[in-house]
Amino acid sequence: MGYALNFNLIWRHFDKLWGGLLLSLELAVISIAIGTVIGLVLAVWYVSAGRVVRAIIAAYVEFIRNVPLILLVYLVFYGVPTVVDLAYSAPTSFVLTLSVYSGAYLVEVFRSGLEAVPRGQLDAGKAIGLTPWQRLIHVRLPTMLRITLPALSNTFISLFKDTSIASVISVPELTFGAQWINFNTFRIVEVYLVTTAMYLVTGYILLFGLRLVERRFRAAR
Amino acid sequence: MSDATNASPALLDVRDVSKAFGAVEVLRSVSLQVKRGEVVTVIGPSGSGKTTLLRCVNFLESYDSGSIRIDGKEVGYREAGTRQRRSERDLAAMRAETGMVFQSFNLFPHLTAAGNIMLGLTKVRGKSQTEARQIAEHWLGRVGLAHKADSLPAELSGGQQQRVGIARAVAMEPKILLLDEITSALDPELVGEVLAVVRSLAEDGMTMLMVTHEMAFARDASSRIVFMADGGVSAVGPPKEILAAETSNERLRTFLARFRASHF
Repeated sequence: MGYALNFNLIWRHFDKLWGGLLLSLELAVISIAIGTVIGLVLAVWYVSAGRVVRAIIAAYVEFIRNVPLILLVYLVFYGVPTVVDLAYSAPTSFVLTLSVYSGAYLVEVFRSGLEAVPRGQLDAGKAIGLTPWQRLIHVRLPTMLRITLPALSNTFISLFKDTSIASVISVPELTFGAQWINFNTFRIVEVYLVTTAMYLVTGYILLFGLRLVERRFRAAR
Repeated sequence: MSDATNASPALLDVRDVSKAFGAVEVLRSVSLQVKRGEVVTVIGPSGSGKTTLLRCVNFLESYDSGSIRIDGKEVGYREAGTRQRRSERDLAAMRAETGMVFQSFNLFPHLTAAGNIMLGLTKVRGKSQTEARQIAEHWLGRVGLAHKADSLPAELSGGQQQRVGIARAVAMEPKILLLDEITSALDPELVGEVLAVVRSLAEDGMTMLMVTHEMAFARDASSRIVFMADGGVSAVGPPKEILAAETSNERLRTFLARFRASHF
């Protein structure tokens, strides 16, 4: 127990952590935005499609869910450019990977939400003469959103934490910043304590914000 | 029957409609006519096909054979006899001409009472927000809910929700209103307020086809009653005739006896 905590070196390099956190958030927001589009489009397609399309979408979801994210990150960053003539930066590569990854999880969230919309509401939409597209936009999606919000919040938080994997391809996000400080100061306990706290606080703030949105929507149920 | 009613063709003309869910025949060659301004009530034991029949009229369910015409126009298929389904756009346009009120209300939970009514008016009828809002307020007034225009369904009682459901259907000015056991999900003390609305619509000459278990209401409000059993029409006639205890139709007699035993 002879270890004396000393945070001075951490504060000296705090810009690495702060800048890292901002980049983590940026990676998460962009990936989740793209993933949400992928998820929504595929989920809507899935519930109205035939067997072949369903099988293809299910295969995508299964593939992503059964391969560790870190492997996908390596595959996209090192693997793809070796095979195809493509060049992209590490952050771009990671955003690409996390988008496709989050898309697969969000397809599942949105699909189960769409399937949980009570049939009576769709009947009511039909009965007043809405076209299939109008029923989707004005009846099915709003109700689906209400149903999925809690699951959606959890997925978003989880995806935010997944940005830490970007450190393996040297994207200078929060975890990478922590590693850098550790290598340069050897204050391993301090730096990871601070970093953990930063993930925790950010996660809680995100969750709090999402719960506020949920409550707003629930009040409107 | 007077000459005038004989001369006017039926607004709703259901002919020989049959439908099976797998091996189960839910409708067996059902025929039924509803004239403009008539209120026709369908009664019968559960599983007799009443609700399915109603859902075929606005093509929420497809049917296997036969023809359903509203105002002379075939409902779900391009031509009577052909089984060529209309396009979704056509079906939507056809459905806009029939209003439907559901047993479980089926209000859109994210929209206010007025919003529920305005959705069809703006998206299907192409009315402006202002105009749609006026129409919604008018109908909410008619069903006694002018003060609830901005309430969400969750803030309304069952009876109030159902009255919004009725307002949503009639605001579209449908040719015929389909009422599917609209009081079955309500607490007994809320049934009256909903039936009062239906009665006032009937007095206005709204053509209605309804499925109900409210025999007293059926007796008072219907022009004719249709008794369905095992997917077929077993008896049709004026309420007095159908609901008479001494009817010669044995099935009907059993149904009414059972009904009386369980409800009184």
